[in-house]
Amino acid sequence: MTSKIAVKMTGIVKKFPGVVANDGVDFELRAGEVHALLGENGAGKSTLSNILTGLYRPDAGSLEVDGQKVAFSSPRDALEAGIGMVHQHFRLVPTFTVAENVVLGETGAKVFLDRNDVLARVQELSERYHLAVDPMARIWQLSVGEQQRVEILKVLYRGARVLILDEPTAVLTPIEAEALFVTLRSMVAEGRSIIFISHKLDEVMAVADRITVLRAGRTVGCVDTSSTSTRELASMMVGRSVEFSRVTRAHPARPDDVVLDVSGVVATDDRARRALIDITLTVGRGEIVGVAGVAGNGQRELAEVIAGMRSVTAGTISVEGQQIKSGRARSAISQGIAHIPEDRLHTGLAAGHSVEDNMALKNYRTSALSRFRVLRRKAIRGQAVDLVDRYDVKTPDTRTPVRLLSGGNVQKVLLAREFSSLPKVLIAASPTRGLDVGAIETVRSRLVEAADRGLGVLLISEDLDEIMSLSDRVLVMYEGRIVADLPMDQADRHRIGLLMGGSLESVGADS
Amino acid sequence: MKSPVRFEKRLTQPSWLNWGVPLLSLLAALVIGAIVLQLTGKDALDVYDRIFERGFASKRALQGSLITATPLAFTGLCAAVAFRMGVINIGGEGQLYVGAIGAALVGIAMDGQPVGFVVVCMVIMGMLFGAAYGSIVGVLRARFNTNEIITSLMLNYIAGILLNYLIFNSRSYWRDPRSQGFPSGKPIGERGEWTKFSFFGVSVPLGFLIAILAGVAVWLLYKRTRFGFEVGVIADSPRAAAYAGIRTRWTIVAVMALSGALAGLGGASDVGDFRHLLDAKGLQLSNYGYTGIVVAALARLNPLATIFVAVLLGGLTNAGYALQGPDFPSGLVGTLQGLILFSSVAGEVLLRYRIRPNRATSDVAVAS
Repeated sequence: MTSKIAVKMTGIVKKFPGVVANDGVDFELRAGEVHALLGENGAGKSTLSNILTGLYRPDAGSLEVDGQKVAFSSPRDALEAGIGMVHQHFRLVPTFTVAENVVLGETGAKVFLDRNDVLARVQELSERYHLAVDPMARIWQLSVGEQQRVEILKVLYRGARVLILDEPTAVLTPIEAEALFVTLRSMVAEGRSIIFISHKLDEVMAVADRITVLRAGRTVGCVDTSSTSTRELASMMVGRSVEFSRVTRAHPARPDDVVLDVSGVVATDDRARRALIDITLTVGRGEIVGVAGVAGNGQRELAEVIAGMRSVTAGTISVEGQQIKSGRARSAISQGIAHIPEDRLHTGLAAGHSVEDNMALKNYRTSALSRFRVLRRKAIRGQAVDLVDRYDVKTPDTRTPVRLLSGGNVQKVLLAREFSSLPKVLIAASPTRGLDVGAIETVRSRLVEAADRGLGVLLISEDLDEIMSLSDRVLVMYEGRIVADLPMDQADRHRIGLLMGGSLESVGADS
Repeated sequence: MKSPVRFEKRLTQPSWLNWGVPLLSLLAALVIGAIVLQLTGKDALDVYDRIFERGFASKRALQGSLITATPLAFTGLCAAVAFRMGVINIGGEGQLYVGAIGAALVGIAMDGQPVGFVVVCMVIMGMLFGAAYGSIVGVLRARFNTNEIITSLMLNYIAGILLNYLIFNSRSYWRDPRSQGFPSGKPIGERGEWTKFSFFGVSVPLGFLIAILAGVAVWLLYKRTRFGFEVGVIADSPRAAAYAGIRTRWTIVAVMALSGALAGLGGASDVGDFRHLLDAKGLQLSNYGYTGIVVAALARLNPLATIFVAVLLGGLTNAGYALQGPDFPSGLVGTLQGLILFSSVAGEVLLRYRIRPNRATSDVAVAS
């Protein structure tokens, strides 16, 4: 195949204080291909794409677009050259509508917005590429999956010919991911090129034409998908072969010894629409209950309701028979509910605060950490030093702000805090999303260990593999209801997939 | 078109920036001010020399400057306390008026009571009145999510109208019935007049000492207590605060009450330290509340730095009063204060970004 070269990057070097993020990376993107950029967290994928989109400038190396040498000094330059990025952490204005976000920052001489024109174009794009989202909805009201579609629309609207997608499937269910792949294919068919950043081997194999593997800031190699295997890719990526399989449990779950009892819960979402309809579920001691579902079917609200961040309009939630005060996070915390939220960095943590402050975020009120309402700084630091050590958090100092830590270490800070409170129940929402292989293994084994010690876990995840490999029982959510309660032996991917899509009748609980 | 420099986001903020940048801002303001002065045909160095002399260089000058600095220290703290949680309280002005009303009330009513008792009551009443007025803003924000900038600003006008009503448009308790022609406030009892303390021959108003105490207290509160921790988390991430079980609404009301109390103290000090009556006209002409925002901004919301900045700007204002005349335009000090505010706001950019020369790509692209 002798297709045109859309992007060529040669010998890219980018150093940050103390880190060489890119150390001589070569990368070549042909017009009309899906090219995967594969590598663990910290391999340099994000840095490379930030250079390509004009956010960073390389310390050395050259960049060519359509055979022309270019130097971008801002994302706008890159956009003008036809390169657009769909970020992993969305860059949307929460209080604006979808359509407003799409036109925001558009370069053009127009002073006045033609709203109808914008709406029509957004509608047209979203239909053409199967990106279902209401153009009039406001961003803060959307699920993470829907927000991603807005990001893609935004880039398409600007007429980007090269799209960079940073871990796009991390927020999607398998079914949604399939739809995304269809979208990608239709874009490629129109001559656009896609850089698909990922560390998931299967999906890279499914979607990419070619794959460039990065490790520790260097290019390991570039291979055709047709002539490689997941096994080969895995060893290129981590230098060893990794496989996930069903975990074995030291202590079996005791589903009859109920620790978390949710009964008849009804709640609304931020738009005051009913998001949870008559939710009844239990989690037993030492049991991991998976909650599968397409993003936006009430999972976020379910987690928030149990963690006391959202009020119920009906129903009760209790831990070991003790009822939680509706909408009172403090009550949930004191009853022993730990919570790993979907949005770790801005909900689970105060990103601008230090590691030690974040470690104390939930127990600063206890007498161990404050006396007469005055903080005991030494004790707070001591707790952090201890947890950093026990949970192997890589941080220069306990006074470092968590926003400077890598994704895996951010999650470790959260896990350390939540587990150290010796909770009875843990609500874990997408606990491994966006993490690299090593960090995923750590998080999963911590979850299983905690369950072995008797913790009841409600594992809310859009990653079906994760649910299948960790759970003792699977619940499926669809449009605010629990439509199935399946023991593991009845839970196969196909059936769950259909239930998630709402195309199977409800299945009653067998127990 | 490429700019010769580019801005790079800072990952960390070195600690020297905390005082380096404000100092640089101040310097920049003085340089720009000097250019303006030269353009209008004045000798900038001479003007600055005179300002320094009349603002700080003698005991008398310093005494005068401390008097102007005292209310600014309070309104500066008022702004800093609220801004640190991201609550933009523009209402220091009105909260100060209301605090003055409260302090004047007990100052007049408690004539003849023991000295210390009267002073303490004036302090408490000033704080209570200011806190109550500030809480209105806090409750509206916490309960109905109203924009506190707008409500606090509008409440300033309401407080101003209230002052006018009490002194000019009614026969209120605060108005001096003996004042003929031009109405004025009723003087407080002699025992309500706050003592001055002398340090190295410089007489320091009690209010200024209270301001220092308040600054230290606020600093400790925000740095060392649970309450300060909660305020910090709310400022950083409201969602994380909700997640951690922090009662955000309650904290907003508490912070607004504290903010108002500090401004109210400024009002009490105005009555007790200086004017010894409720001076409706004088308070409204002084703009302490608005200048306090400048003070807090320049102090980068640090309560201790707020006191120093208040003395600095107080000295500037004081020198402006002293030097006013045909060769020293009255708007000059205001211009300088404005320049200082603009420079300090511009300086925030330096705190968050590094400026790097924008080299051409050919220099960067070392052949691999």
